[in-house]
Amino acid sequence: MTAKTTPKTTTQAPLASGDGRPARPITPRIALIDIGGITRRNLLRIIRTPRLLVFSSIQPVMFVLLFRYVFAGAIHAPGGSYVDYLMPGIFVQTALFGGASTAVGLATDLQGGMVDRFRSLPMARSAVLAGRTVADLVRNILVVLLMVIVGLLVGFRFHGTPWTDLGGVGMVLLFGYAFSWVFAAIGLIVKDPETAQVAGFLPLFPLVFASSAFVPVRSMPGWLQAFANVQPVSVTVNTVRSLVIGGPVEHWLWQSLVWAAGILAVFVVLAVRQYRRL
Amino acid sequence: MGKEAKGAVVSQLMIDARGVTKSFGTTLALDHVDLQVQAGTVLGLLGPNGAGKTTLVRILTTLLKADSGVAKVAGYDVESDAASLRSMIGLAGQFAAVDEMLTGRENLELVGLLYHLEKPERKRRAEEVLQRLGLEDAADRQVKTYSGGMRRRLDLGASLVGRPAVLILDEPTTGLDPATRIDLWKFIEMLVADGATLLLTTQYLEEADRLADRIVVIDHGHVIAEGTAGELKDQMGADVIEVVVRDPDDLDRVSPLVADLGHGTPVVDRSRNLFTMPADGRVRAVVEAASRLDAAGIEIEDIGMRRPSLDDVFLRLTGHTAEDDDVAGSPGTPGALRRSSR
Repeated sequence: MTAKTTPKTTTQAPLASGDGRPARPITPRIALIDIGGITRRNLLRIIRTPRLLVFSSIQPVMFVLLFRYVFAGAIHAPGGSYVDYLMPGIFVQTALFGGASTAVGLATDLQGGMVDRFRSLPMARSAVLAGRTVADLVRNILVVLLMVIVGLLVGFRFHGTPWTDLGGVGMVLLFGYAFSWVFAAIGLIVKDPETAQVAGFLPLFPLVFASSAFVPVRSMPGWLQAFANVQPVSVTVNTVRSLVIGGPVEHWLWQSLVWAAGILAVFVVLAVRQYRRL
Repeated sequence: MGKEAKGAVVSQLMIDARGVTKSFGTTLALDHVDLQVQAGTVLGLLGPNGAGKTTLVRILTTLLKADSGVAKVAGYDVESDAASLRSMIGLAGQFAAVDEMLTGRENLELVGLLYHLEKPERKRRAEEVLQRLGLEDAADRQVKTYSGGMRRRLDLGASLVGRPAVLILDEPTTGLDPATRIDLWKFIEMLVADGATLLLTTQYLEEADRLADRIVVIDHGHVIAEGTAGELKDQMGADVIEVVVRDPDDLDRVSPLVADLGHGTPVVDRSRNLFTMPADGRVRAVVEAASRLDAAGIEIEDIGMRRPSLDDVFLRLTGHTAEDDDVAGSPGTPGALRRSSR
């Protein structure tokens, strides 16, 4: 740091001197250090592209305005207040769409050779994926908080206790995090950022729109209801709704936890396997 | 210098690959490739695009598993000791694999962290690498503001943070303009002077000639020659006679007229109306060839005798001018494996 003022008299030791020492075994502590390093790097990238952050926040805000003021009159929400019905759906949608950046980010790193560099280092192999998804979780926290503020501005109100309200937001983030592993797998499979961007949204559309996120499922045709009632987005949105505006929490909570755990279990394995095989 | 001090790594094989074979689907990318690199030496792995260079590098750096064969780097097996191996190598790839949103210093410190160096040590090493690479002034700027050459230097720097026992550079200068290339060569030469063990892949004969102690020529997944640059050139015979004709139609008439003046197979490069043939006899052969061609009414643009270049070697070994698999796309590529560097 002080090199500029005090010219260093360091002996010009050979740079490629072969001091490399045998790798430390990857203990959980070492793995956490690696995950921390990669997370920090990804967060710096996010912070230093503020425009991306701004523009990716505009889309969910548009959704809020669209549904709150354009479609609200045509949709009969159970319980009366559509904005209270809507916002939990928007939170979950926002967290999911945000996860798509995991796919794009990983594919970008693959294409640019960053992943090769990381894989040639004596670091924990899980760290590239974990550091990516954790950074995206941090970003999701910010974006979901922003959506909470937007929701409050357009008339949404929390009706639970502080604990259930917090639990609802936590559920949104947990589900978003689980889903970012789906995107991690997609990014590693398609391997280029443009395709990842498009491919990432494919599973999202049926899940988000054929769900209880924006409209009550019973307004859908019967065959679609069968899907919409059980799929993870509906289940999670119902959980969040029951936590923040009231409802049968015990009915939904365990289902959404099982979904989140199941998605994590399957896609962590899939993504890690794909990473090892690159 | 450092090598002797370390003791343990003197005169040992730092890279030892035997019978390495790898296919992708039905394409055989590497076919029983052997490769040895002595400590403190530079091996140039030379071949056109698609020859299998990068595949071999990826196997040696544990990024890819070979189908069969054994490979050790710094004494560690690529399969069974992959983790230890990774701590002994530095890899700089074909892309400048640095994060452009981070500063140069942040990039290097991140790599240091991933080598599990303590914080003061990784700061020290980042500073040292920045100094040696002449990137001090740009150290705290985001890499996206760097020129192509600066990025490559930083990428090379990142591969040095772990003080690797073996440095592996995969086409370090591909796509760089000539001035930047020479700049990077100087830095690599500095590392070599320090006694680094280096595996360098390249499609540039000039690069291999300048930097490598030994050269392995690889084409279509096969090692087709190896030796020092001098040894490879000696395979060509003493000298090369070279004729450029004005009319491309005359090109095929040259060989029958002058074949007895040389030895070995003549090579014809149609894109440049160029006829090349290994030959002895110096001036007499040139004079004789010139008079025969003149008598036959062939118009000559240029005729002469010269020492063989690595281009000739490659041409003779592979039988193709490498134009079919040339990376002509990158601007400023001075005749990759083309007969132009003379």
